[in-house]
Amino acid sequence: MQAAKPASQLTSGQWLLTGLAVTYLGFLFILPALVVFTTAFSDGIPAFITALQSRAFLQATRLTLIVTAIAIPINTLFGLCAAWVIARNQFRGRTLLMSLVDLPFSVSPVVAGLMLVLLYSDRVGWFSPVLTALGVKIIFALPGIVLATLFVTLPFVAREVIPVLEELGSEPEEAARILGATPGQIFRRVILPHIRWGLLYGILLTNARALGEFGAVAVVSGSILGRTATLPIFVEQSYQNYQSVAAFSAAVVLAGLAVLTLIGKAILERYYLHKLPTH
Amino acid sequence: MSIIVENISKQFGQFQALDRVSLTIPDGKLVALLGPSGSGKSTLLRAIAGLEPPDQGRIWINDQDMTHLNVEQRQIGFVFQHYALFKHLTVRQNIAFGLEIRKINRPDIRQRVNELLDLIQLAGLGDRYPIQLSGGQRQRVALARALAVQPQVLLLDEPFGALDAQVRKDLRRWLRNLHHEVNVTSVFVTHDQEEAMEVADEIVVMNEGKIEQIGSPQTIYDYPATPFVMKFVGEVNVIPSFLHQPQGLPHDIFVRPHGVKLQTQVTDTSIPAKIIQIIHRGRDIYLELSLLDRIPFMAQMNRDEWQALTMPADQWVQVELLQPITFPQASASPHRLPADSVTAA
Repeated sequence: MQAAKPASQLTSGQWLLTGLAVTYLGFLFILPALVVFTTAFSDGIPAFITALQSRAFLQATRLTLIVTAIAIPINTLFGLCAAWVIARNQFRGRTLLMSLVDLPFSVSPVVAGLMLVLLYSDRVGWFSPVLTALGVKIIFALPGIVLATLFVTLPFVAREVIPVLEELGSEPEEAARILGATPGQIFRRVILPHIRWGLLYGILLTNARALGEFGAVAVVSGSILGRTATLPIFVEQSYQNYQSVAAFSAAVVLAGLAVLTLIGKAILERYYLHKLPTH
Repeated sequence: MSIIVENISKQFGQFQALDRVSLTIPDGKLVALLGPSGSGKSTLLRAIAGLEPPDQGRIWINDQDMTHLNVEQRQIGFVFQHYALFKHLTVRQNIAFGLEIRKINRPDIRQRVNELLDLIQLAGLGDRYPIQLSGGQRQRVALARALAVQPQVLLLDEPFGALDAQVRKDLRRWLRNLHHEVNVTSVFVTHDQEEAMEVADEIVVMNEGKIEQIGSPQTIYDYPATPFVMKFVGEVNVIPSFLHQPQGLPHDIFVRPHGVKLQTQVTDTSIPAKIIQIIHRGRDIYLELSLLDRIPFMAQMNRDEWQALTMPADQWVQVELLQPITFPQASASPHRLPADSVTAA
């Protein structure tokens, strides 16, 4: 047996692989990120700030945050329920239900948006008579954007929670029940501590997708700048209108929101790692 | 507290897990539910706990009808085969779980947890997490957690099933002693007859969703009520009925390996057998025989008896059945036959 080589002494093959990986990441990720930042600040910091003060931008940011704030709790709740039903029960149609939960992954977001339009549009939709009678507007309005976002972010929480819930097994839940715990106590004291990483990761993915969804939202929102445009749509529309500083400034903000999410995750991880065992 | 099970049935799809089972477990006893897998023993335990609602029948604990009470209202201690400890909590927090749910004040919880840590001999390990303990230690923590809330009865589902042989033996003896100390009515499920014999005051032998026999370990072994119990508890030889049917006994004959005598002289009742193999198991000698050169047969004797036996050159011996048992009707109590009623064909 040969002793392991020190890390600094890489073979030519290892150099080649490392070089390839770095080049790949450089072209795919680092360069584009640099372009976003340099373009956003190409006319100086005052121009960047002015771009962020436009009414259309503020509206897009607000709309994006509202939609995300609605989508995350709803799909977290749904995801937890779906995961529990699927992980704890054997029933006919279990596989079908799992495939249904996964469906949004395999359906193109644009198609998803079109489905919603066909159902809920107040002119051509199946439910248009009802919606007109009630005076409710779904397509080209907030409810439609929320529905589209809910659709594309549906699988994340359930997908992440099912495996950890299956790993936990039903016995700790039964043990807690026998010891007198109510369903709420069982969830808080037994289930949640076990599934927290999976759940957190599912919520993060939901958040990232809700912030960044373009296709489905573009179809149902009508993409009206200053009224129904979310941040990704604002970026695209501004760019189409040759306002590259505005477009890339908004892109910087989107990237910033993503970074904020990661910081939030890091804080939570640190908090829990101090409190709980790592294994 | 006594447990009374009255006419319990449970079906899973087409499978009849429990078939009109009735059982009374007196106060303070340590009882084993013994049977092969699929015999309904775990289902019965889970029905008593309230984890598996029966299709019909009633369950009484301490003269109170529990049939329609929820699990959490039954005041039961339950120990799982795979411990089911809360991995994110320390040993202390695990034991305290039920007490915290009951909103008992902190000093009292502390004191009770300390008492239980002493009882399970893990006083120094209270701040460890389950993952840092051995299997035997984890099962003791599970037991302490169950006992913490002072349950009316303690139910254990294959409590030693996941442990290795040596730990299992130690823990058996320990559970027996613990039961003497705490004296709470306890029921444990096992498929290991040796375990049931060693630990339990009373054994309930189950098969195919029904109770075959209830009795003390000695009764079960010496007076098995059915062929199933005879075969399941201890080693046994079966001599098929065709051997002696001409004599008018249409039943199989059962005999334990130690219930026979080997000799060289031929008598009216002896059956000739060929010695196939001689196995030395510590103090005892086991002889693998072939009765009439076609029926596999085991005989057991101690070393002195073995040495007193002069081995014939042709490997043929005469087997005398000292304690043969037959079961005229499958459910009736066993008949002990006089040795001379069995003759070789």
